[in-house]
Amino acid sequence: MSTKDRESLGEFLLRAPAVGPALALVVAIVVFSLATDTFFDLDNLSTVVQQSLVVGTLALGQTLVILIAGIDLSNASSMVVATLIMAKLAAAGTNGFVALLAGVVLTIIVGIFIGSLATRIKLPAFIITLGTFTMLTAVSKLIAGGQAVPVTDGLLQWLGTKRYLFGGIPITYGMTLALLMYLGIWYALTKTAWGKHVYAVGNAPESARLSGIKVNRTVLSVYIVAGLTFGIAAWQALGRTPNADPNQFQLGNLDSITAVVLGGTSLFGGRGSVLGTLMGALVVAVLRSGLTQMNVDGNYQDLATGALLIAAVVVDRIARRQQQS
Amino acid sequence: MRQRSLTAVVLAAVLAATTGCTVERHWGGNTNTGGSGKAKVGLVTKTDTNPYFVELRNSARAAAQANGADFNALAGQFDGDNDGQVRAIENLMQQGVNTILITPSSSTGVLKAIKDARDAGVLVIALDTATEPPDAVDATFATDNFAAGEQQGAYVKAALKGVPPKLLMVDGTAGSSVDTQRHGGFLKGIGLTDGSPEIKGHTAANGDQSLAQQGMENLLQRSTDINAVYSMNEPMGRGAYAALKARGLTGQIVMGSIDGGCEGVQNVKDGQYAATVMQFPKKMAEQGVLAAVEYAKTGKKPTGFVNTGSAVITDKPLPGIESHDTAWGLQNCWGGAK
Repeated sequence: MSTKDRESLGEFLLRAPAVGPALALVVAIVVFSLATDTFFDLDNLSTVVQQSLVVGTLALGQTLVILIAGIDLSNASSMVVATLIMAKLAAAGTNGFVALLAGVVLTIIVGIFIGSLATRIKLPAFIITLGTFTMLTAVSKLIAGGQAVPVTDGLLQWLGTKRYLFGGIPITYGMTLALLMYLGIWYALTKTAWGKHVYAVGNAPESARLSGIKVNRTVLSVYIVAGLTFGIAAWQALGRTPNADPNQFQLGNLDSITAVVLGGTSLFGGRGSVLGTLMGALVVAVLRSGLTQMNVDGNYQDLATGALLIAAVVVDRIARRQQQS
Repeated sequence: MRQRSLTAVVLAAVLAATTGCTVERHWGGNTNTGGSGKAKVGLVTKTDTNPYFVELRNSARAAAQANGADFNALAGQFDGDNDGQVRAIENLMQQGVNTILITPSSSTGVLKAIKDARDAGVLVIALDTATEPPDAVDATFATDNFAAGEQQGAYVKAALKGVPPKLLMVDGTAGSSVDTQRHGGFLKGIGLTDGSPEIKGHTAANGDQSLAQQGMENLLQRSTDINAVYSMNEPMGRGAYAALKARGLTGQIVMGSIDGGCEGVQNVKDGQYAATVMQFPKKMAEQGVLAAVEYAKTGKKPTGFVNTGSAVITDKPLPGIESHDTAWGLQNCWGGAK
């Protein structure tokens, strides 16, 4: 391949960051479909999507935060606290909708808290969310008092239990909701002024400010929207396992960052897409499912996921360098 | 500059995920030893969130109060947090305890700190999990985890009524001694060995219910032609059950678990799995505190392995398997009257 070809490939990847992860996803699906006679099966593909729902929804909000060059280490712990609040309220006889709302309100409040500190006192998101991560982890353990809380409320389980067939593929309402959320945020990012502001703030906050964008307001709005997605991730989690357990999703924050980075979004902000994140979340679930069906030990699965993550960052780096040269 | 901040982000994220956030310094200090009168008992559990360790801690605290002993409980941040347990031991020594009761995160990970404590005259008793070698501590009060696994395996074998097993295994944290012992015991009880063709697959889920569910879903994709499931503890049993239920397989499968928590016994009563093997953390805690009181008064140390027992809980009793029903189980879950 000539230098010229490679330059154009780099430029292409920069223009369409979701293409790399989409290719990785297709390759993984093809490889596992050939390597096993069980992977390529409509039920299994549906299962793989369901397995990626919680991390995928966490990663959706995480993408917004990373696009403005922030990071949220507390998204999974905020979600776990929300699942416990929903479960506890429902167990105490509260209406399922009210319980759901209470959990989502909590994750939004956490978003407002993080966004306010980031904009008013200019603290790095990393430090703020490291603090909220530690606090929320403690809160989840305090709320649970060492016991998982079973959930029987129909609405809280609804995203996982209700399913319909679409072209022979079982689709849960959780999958439908996640798809709608991805489409909604994709639309907001690509077709609205708000979306352009998000990218501008992530690229160069000072230039964004000089060109009249209200940077602080944009940053705060991103943390609020992200908080909303984390609350819905909590609903997704209860749809998957009707049991709120403070010991679940301990690495959910890092898993969501993994999905975002695999999806081609730059950790330096300003570049990336939620469609890439969707691919990133699916790639991880496909790897887990396919490798398990090939009887590959869990440690090797982690090894493969980590290697893929580094490969994704390397591709991002090369693409940037070629853009600069 | 940006590159440096990325490095910092990733490093700190890993640190945040893998270590706790507290820093304690060990200043040395006085340690009371046996024969001086009042027992000062320190308990170090693997975590302070798992309901099993909560029960153990509450039982130990109650026993200490009843016997006029001082009591302080510390814990690692997560299962496998050896460093956190070492810091907890140092902290307790600093407070001058004369007995440390510890559920070691790994059978070898905290041996140096235990040796330091014993050298300083502190009585160290392992609860729940034995150390390797066993005489690294003065005594061990624990469930014989191999025997508990064996009981689970024997029950599943009996429930299959002579049909050859087609088994899926949900293991805990790879390499942990409890995991290894229960796994080995189960295979002995059901009459298989690692590598037997009857084992159709296994997944390690680190005690996480959602990971157990995912692992089980992926295993079931390979084959649904199975009739037996091993789960290393009850939260993972619940995750495995969710996957089996979604496939409509619960009717054809005998699943066993281990722990005997009240929630687990309720799961057996509700028919989620056929049987669970109950442990008795309350006994471990009480006997540990009594040994500490005895040591404080007389300087006499307990020795060796004391099996606090385990019992099969099921509503489908089988000939040849000694068991209790779930009514008994709910009254005695984890050894405590509820």
